[in-house]
Amino acid sequence: MDFLSPTSWAEALAAKAAYPEAVPIAGGTDVMVELNFDRRRPPALLDLTRIGELVEWGTDGGLLRVGAGVTYRRIIAELGDRMPGLAMAARTVGSPQIRNRGTVGGNLGSASPAGDALPPLLAAGGLVELASVRGVRRLPVAEFFTGPKRSVRAPDELIAAFLLPMERGRHQFAKIGTRNAMVIAVCSFALALRPATGEVGTGIGSAGPTPLRAVDAERFLAGELPWQTGAGLPDPLIRRFGELVVAAAAPIDDVRGSAAYRRHALSVLARRTLVWAWEEYRREGP
Amino acid sequence: MRVSCRINGEQREADGVWPGESLLYLLRERLGLPGAKNACEQGECGSCTVYLDGLPVCACLVASGQAQGREVVAVEGLSGPDGTLDRVQRAFLEAGAVQCGFCTPGLIVAVHDLLARVPAPADPDIREALAGNLCRCTGYEKIMEAVRLAAAAPPSAPGAMPVPAPGGPR
Repeated sequence: MDFLSPTSWAEALAAKAAYPEAVPIAGGTDVMVELNFDRRRPPALLDLTRIGELVEWGTDGGLLRVGAGVTYRRIIAELGDRMPGLAMAARTVGSPQIRNRGTVGGNLGSASPAGDALPPLLAAGGLVELASVRGVRRLPVAEFFTGPKRSVRAPDELIAAFLLPMERGRHQFAKIGTRNAMVIAVCSFALALRPATGEVGTGIGSAGPTPLRAVDAERFLAGELPWQTGAGLPDPLIRRFGELVVAAAAPIDDVRGSAAYRRHALSVLARRTLVWAWEEYRREGP
Repeated sequence: MRVSCRINGEQREADGVWPGESLLYLLRERLGLPGAKNACEQGECGSCTVYLDGLPVCACLVASGQAQGREVVAVEGLSGPDGTLDRVQRAFLEAGAVQCGFCTPGLIVAVHDLLARVPAPADPDIREALAGNLCRCTGYEKIMEAVRLAAAAPPSAPGAMPVPAPGGPR
């Protein structure tokens, strides 16, 4: 096995182009488990932890651009006020040891339907930035996933960053797990209310082959929310939103939970996050 | 490959390292530092927690090549060269927070980090900080007591090696 250790982004892209089978590794929280358990023997590892560009974040026009190597720990500490939904999800990732190493870039790269960072990225209308020696492309996170642990990333591409609109929306995230810490989601849900544009974003985790948006639920809610008056939400509206979120999910029975339980739990998470986000909007405004 | 890094304040080198092997393997099997324990090898149990450039991490999830040129402090590095124990180590002994002892080194490092960040942690702080360290025998109550005891003790044992602040490429 080769170990490639580029110290600049250009060098990393050149290495990935020359050696497309090399497996990128940052925090190692997924890759090392596969190696430790003999589940995977890639011909090479491409270490991304020495690349300064990957651990930076800043603004890009109206977007916040966060390098793929920024850890969950830093998302919570440095970006909690700008990305509240993602920060909430980051707080539920593993343990302090895992959050000190794990990255949103790695979460995207693994493309697991259960990746905790992914529903908030979907809800917030995030983009993923892919780069190769051929150039750079940005696409909506919702178009990135093609199946369980599969994405549109080409063999010579690396995930450079993710981008989120800079907006002071009302974002929420909730997750069901068998305990309060160190747990992979049985299912999860992220909600973003965007009072400035009257839009709603959603993200469903662990209840389909990929993280999913509930597009009908988004349209319904955006049209029904009393944005202007900020009135309290009638119960039928909250329930209908929960039903539409469930209708967008495609859960399976597996070791963590049954499809029926996931549907039930998702409707509860959708209703809860809606009430939390709406009450915050009523209390504090847009 | 050859890997060289600072471990417990000392420059160490290992040759013939397989690039896919973990920092935990490097520490235990190549460098003879058995403090960090090997249990789950998937980042679940925290028994292999060490500082890497000042941040607690699971050594089983760090590829050895990623440790090249970095600073590692394992549990052995928290006591002084003369064997003087760190206050966290003393508190675990005093509170009887050690039964079989397998989870203890990882817990000591995690608690050492907690107290560096939060000098007077409330119980929920402690529980959150220790969520990544599993113990199958103490029932955790004695561990909670040990953390409270350590927090009440003067900051660091004389001679204990200071852990570098997190910095550099984070």
